[in-house]
Amino acid sequence: MRQKTTAVLSAAALVLGMVGTAQAGTLEDVRDRGVLRCVVSTGIAGFAQPDANGVWGGFDVDFCRATAAAVLGDASKIEAVTSTGKTRFTKLNAGEGDVLWRNTTITFSRDVSVKLRFHGVNYYDGQGFMVKKDLGVGSASELDGASVCIQTGTTTELNLADYFSSNNMNYEPVPIETNDEARQNYEAGRCDVYTTDASGLASTRSALPNPDDHMVLPEIISKEPLGPATRHGDDQWSDIVTWVLNATITAEELGVTMANVDEMKGSNNPEVRRLLGVDGSQGSELGLSDDWAYQIIKQLGNYGEIFERNIGVNTPLGIARGLNALWTDGGLIYSPPFR
Amino acid sequence: MSETSTTPRYAPGTHPDLPPPRRTTGALGWVRMNLLSSPLNVALTLLSIWLLWTILPPSIHWLFTGAIWTAVDRKECWALMDTPRDGACWAFIRGSFELFVYGWYPEPERWRVNLTFILFVAAIVGALRENIPGKKYWLIFAAAYPFIAAWLLLGGFGLEPVGTNKLGGILLTLVVAVTGISFSLPLGIALALGRRSNLPALRAVCVIFIEFIRGVPLITLLFVASTMLTYFLPPGSTFDLLMRVLIMVTLFASAYIAEVVRGGLQGLSSGQYEAADALGLSYWKAHRLVILPQALKISIPGIVNTFIGSYKDSTLVLIIGMMDILGLGRARLNDPDWLGLAPELYIFIALFFFISCFAMSRYSLNLEKKLQTDYKS
Repeated sequence: MRQKTTAVLSAAALVLGMVGTAQAGTLEDVRDRGVLRCVVSTGIAGFAQPDANGVWGGFDVDFCRATAAAVLGDASKIEAVTSTGKTRFTKLNAGEGDVLWRNTTITFSRDVSVKLRFHGVNYYDGQGFMVKKDLGVGSASELDGASVCIQTGTTTELNLADYFSSNNMNYEPVPIETNDEARQNYEAGRCDVYTTDASGLASTRSALPNPDDHMVLPEIISKEPLGPATRHGDDQWSDIVTWVLNATITAEELGVTMANVDEMKGSNNPEVRRLLGVDGSQGSELGLSDDWAYQIIKQLGNYGEIFERNIGVNTPLGIARGLNALWTDGGLIYSPPFR
Repeated sequence: MSETSTTPRYAPGTHPDLPPPRRTTGALGWVRMNLLSSPLNVALTLLSIWLLWTILPPSIHWLFTGAIWTAVDRKECWALMDTPRDGACWAFIRGSFELFVYGWYPEPERWRVNLTFILFVAAIVGALRENIPGKKYWLIFAAAYPFIAAWLLLGGFGLEPVGTNKLGGILLTLVVAVTGISFSLPLGIALALGRRSNLPALRAVCVIFIEFIRGVPLITLLFVASTMLTYFLPPGSTFDLLMRVLIMVTLFASAYIAEVVRGGLQGLSSGQYEAADALGLSYWKAHRLVILPQALKISIPGIVNTFIGSYKDSTLVLIIGMMDILGLGRARLNDPDWLGLAPELYIFIALFFFISCFAMSRYSLNLEKKLQTDYKS
């Protein structure tokens, strides 16, 4: 009966002539299509945004491009499937996207109930506070009685309430809807403090007329590990996404950059040689060509280069590496060995 | 008496009209009549002048005289002003203008978009002008236009195919709105007739459909289109997202049109129906020749109102991640080089919608006047 229904539905869908089919193997699908479809945001400054010609760029989009470089050998062969926070998981699970690189916090329920597979963390975010410098506040613990601009209906609202009550402080919430609205309210002095994820604070601050008059307080009151996700049920594809991220991190650990990657192919370091596909067969074990990691680094650079190019201190956002420095520099970015 | 010598005398009833008192004519008279006719009006006039005085000069300065039209990024833009935010930074809109109009439509193929737009204007003018030669052919062309436009925009049959995901910006807004408007009118009329039909099954279907659609917000239907429909289709198959959205928008608008048209049908006196029956006209002939022309004429304000409403509602597609002019504009706000220029963007989008909606409402006023045959003085 069920089969019959499915058959009827398929027939109907075929008649409508709008049907593309996806098989179990995402890798083959992507190869056949010649384009990698990434679920990305509809716009988060520095992470995913279209430029004046409509070309998508940003930290998350560059990782999408890295995946395309590894799978198809060409970082430009991507298609941005734009999604809001509400539609992102359905788009991925319904097969409209192959992989999700969309500023997505890894949580238990998303991993388990939404049936996603996460592949490590490409950005450690967390909720912070921004204040005007002339307020004379140096720490979030001095914010008793402050008015706080807060996006309603988000986890940031709950985190804020928890933080203030656990520190026996009071605050006056000023509910707002979007980042732009928050900036306008904060600029007009309707709230003393703006709180959201630290990366969002950085972009809000950089858009103020005099960014130097404002500071982000050192306290981070929540854990927001952001990472890529894929659907359940395709282990090969999951491995590929995992190791694309790890390859960019390993490259930074080993000092392989966009500029010296050709030279490094002649390195004596066995791990560099394995990474770049000179020795070993790690590419073909993943189902990719042996120079997959070389293509990533040649076209997009290592983790540090992707970070600095999109959101680093020399960009308008000016985000310091902080938690996102390599583990050897006191951060949390760490890749399992290429062995 | 000297009076009699200077004033000419007239026979009764032949005195020419005297000019009106000087204080009631000309600019001065207009001001006295309209602005200063009572103490309350004097106060309101003064208040309005004060408001204009405080609002207009800074707005003009911000919008025009202090605005920057050429810059590479926001930093440069603000550096060119006395203080940041002193003027609008139109360079941001100017730099992305093509993107806002065409979305991701491939550059060598953009003539197709332009042609579609020109044909759109031709179809509108041809279908709506009363005294145009070859009216019948214009109407056929207008009816075929949506299909011609779909072929031009999406390609196939000799043209390079372009995916629906390449549509964006104003192009996407117009595609959603024009499709919704042009397909919802016939569908809405059919639903309205169905709702007044004598066949119980048909009537029940139409009533259920209309009441269901009107009872559900458009956002809900868009979420159904974007997320739930994929669960009903066989696994792995994808039904084009834009197609799903267009169907939902059309169904939504048609339910409202149906109710507006039903109002028109009920507004006709039953004498019109009886007269049509007495002439021996069949159901379809009676409706085509007698009922609908009159009912639709009464319904014009309501129909145009629904059109304008659904035109503006088309921006809701941004909630499911589609890049219409509002969605694309908001995405561009996140360009690190241009952060913080939300006022410029929203003014630009508001201007776009104002121009198109105002044109629609003026046209409907015009049409009402032209079709006015009733007994109002």
